[in-house]
Amino acid sequence: MNTPLVSLENASKNYKALPALSSINLQLAQGEVLGLFGHNGAGKTTMMKLILGVISADAGNVTVMGMKPDDKSAWHMRAKMGYLPENVMFYEQLTGLEVLSYFARLKGQTKLHAKKLLEQVGIAHAMGRQVKTYSKGMRQRLGLAQAFIGEPKLLLLDEPTVGLDPNATAEFYNSVDQLKTQGTSVVLCSHVLPGVEQHIDRAMIISGGKTLALGTIAELRAAANLPTQIKPQGLNVELLEHPIVKAYVNSAGHLTVPEQDKLKVLRYLLADESLSDIAVESANLEQVYQYYLAQAEHMKTENTKAGA
Amino acid sequence: MREILTVANKEFHDGLRNRWLLSITLIFAVLSVGLTYFGAAASGTVGVTSLSTTIASLASLAVFLIPLIALLLSYDSFVGEQEGGTLLLLLTYPLSKNQLLFGKFFGQGGIITLATLLGFGASALLLFIQHGDFVIIETFGYFIVSATLLGLSFTAIAYMISLLASEKSKAAGVALITWFFFALVFDLALLALLVGADSGLSQSALTQLMMLNPADVFRLVNLAGLDSSDVNGALAVAINANLTQAQLLAILLAWVVAPLAIASVIFKNKKL
Repeated sequence: MNTPLVSLENASKNYKALPALSSINLQLAQGEVLGLFGHNGAGKTTMMKLILGVISADAGNVTVMGMKPDDKSAWHMRAKMGYLPENVMFYEQLTGLEVLSYFARLKGQTKLHAKKLLEQVGIAHAMGRQVKTYSKGMRQRLGLAQAFIGEPKLLLLDEPTVGLDPNATAEFYNSVDQLKTQGTSVVLCSHVLPGVEQHIDRAMIISGGKTLALGTIAELRAAANLPTQIKPQGLNVELLEHPIVKAYVNSAGHLTVPEQDKLKVLRYLLADESLSDIAVESANLEQVYQYYLAQAEHMKTENTKAGA
Repeated sequence: MREILTVANKEFHDGLRNRWLLSITLIFAVLSVGLTYFGAAASGTVGVTSLSTTIASLASLAVFLIPLIALLLSYDSFVGEQEGGTLLLLLTYPLSKNQLLFGKFFGQGGIITLATLLGFGASALLLFIQHGDFVIIETFGYFIVSATLLGLSFTAIAYMISLLASEKSKAAGVALITWFFFALVFDLALLALLVGADSGLSQSALTQLMMLNPADVFRLVNLAGLDSSDVNGALAVAINANLTQAQLLAILLAWVVAPLAIASVIFKNKKL
């Protein structure tokens, strides 16, 4: 637990003159689940490739399980890493079982192991069929089964829930929770998705190859200082006229309250007998994400103004 | 080694599944049996023609077919997987680029080798049963070995194309041009040089130039062992050059190793 499983120190990567990642710092502990968020082209995939050792950093250090992942001596540890690429078309003319057996053998596992994984992701019934007959969701499950080969210590999943129905998504998050208890570290790369919040320990938001924010969702939320939505039922005129309510209420009768005033407002509202119901919604991950992106955008325009 | 075998096994089974092995074997068998028995039909007789004529006609047909088949079989090996995203995925596995390259080469090369052996071997066997002459086995032996090397050479060349191309369709176009160049343009250019050069091209210079084309080396291997009376044209000149069949086979082998080594270097520097 002391040494991080993955460690990036000032890692930078350029594609020709274009900086894809600049000075990324990240420590991922064993059994930790990190959500990596950013829009298309933010550098998520580049970061995963760096950790996988498919590409090498131009500057800084990347260490995975105590080794440099792009080094030849680190190949054997690749059997302990699972990766689900964002777009992958498996060999269409092979059956699901043949595809997974091939990948399993390359990691030193057996066909039996492949069968078990197909059962785990719920496509065992279709393992004798050619992959070209699979639906998008089934292909995604096959990809996940592929990433789970060999009980990896580190999982890098690029858009894992794309194409999955709500049931399959829930099953997927269950698997992630289960792997986490077994000590597997997971990097979940995604656009912000509802439901991901309770399954990740920390979130990292990147844009243009730079880290915008890194921390637990509670930390990010606090740092962003986003207001809480309070939706009471049965507000009366008397309540509405009170200065503490009036300051925050909108035409729909909802209150947008800064975090530090939340309890004060709630106490006042709850003391009133006329309220029939009340809902409190903290800023969700999506809003936090939008906040940091807008912040970065704002900084950029400021900088160009200063430059001009 | 396990990794190479796993990849080779997969590629070989792909070749079986796609009916590549079956089609290539059939093409070669029909071609060689047909030429063996009906090669003389043009001169009014049907039946077994002389061994030299058979080999000469087989070689001049195979020299077009084998490179085309090998290029078709292998041009999308890497660019296809790259487009599908499995190439990137495979490289995150405990599998080196060379292991992937050689695995594919052994698998697809296995298809070519087996098809050549079965297809041409069939007619060699038929002829041997009828005549019982060991010269037949020896001559066909050289033919089959050189045909296999020619196929492997173009498999390696196809890998170079596949690793350099960014799209499957481009790789297909380049493969076609490559075939056209080695099968036709090269010899035409050589002929033009032979006729056009004022001082006249020396025989050894011509032979040396022919070493630059694996298809020509293949032709030389097979024609060198025959009576030159059955062979016409520019080749007849070159046949009299003092290269033995073993030397020619070694040069053909170099034409397998060199493109494969270049493919390995290209793969190593490939951006993903």
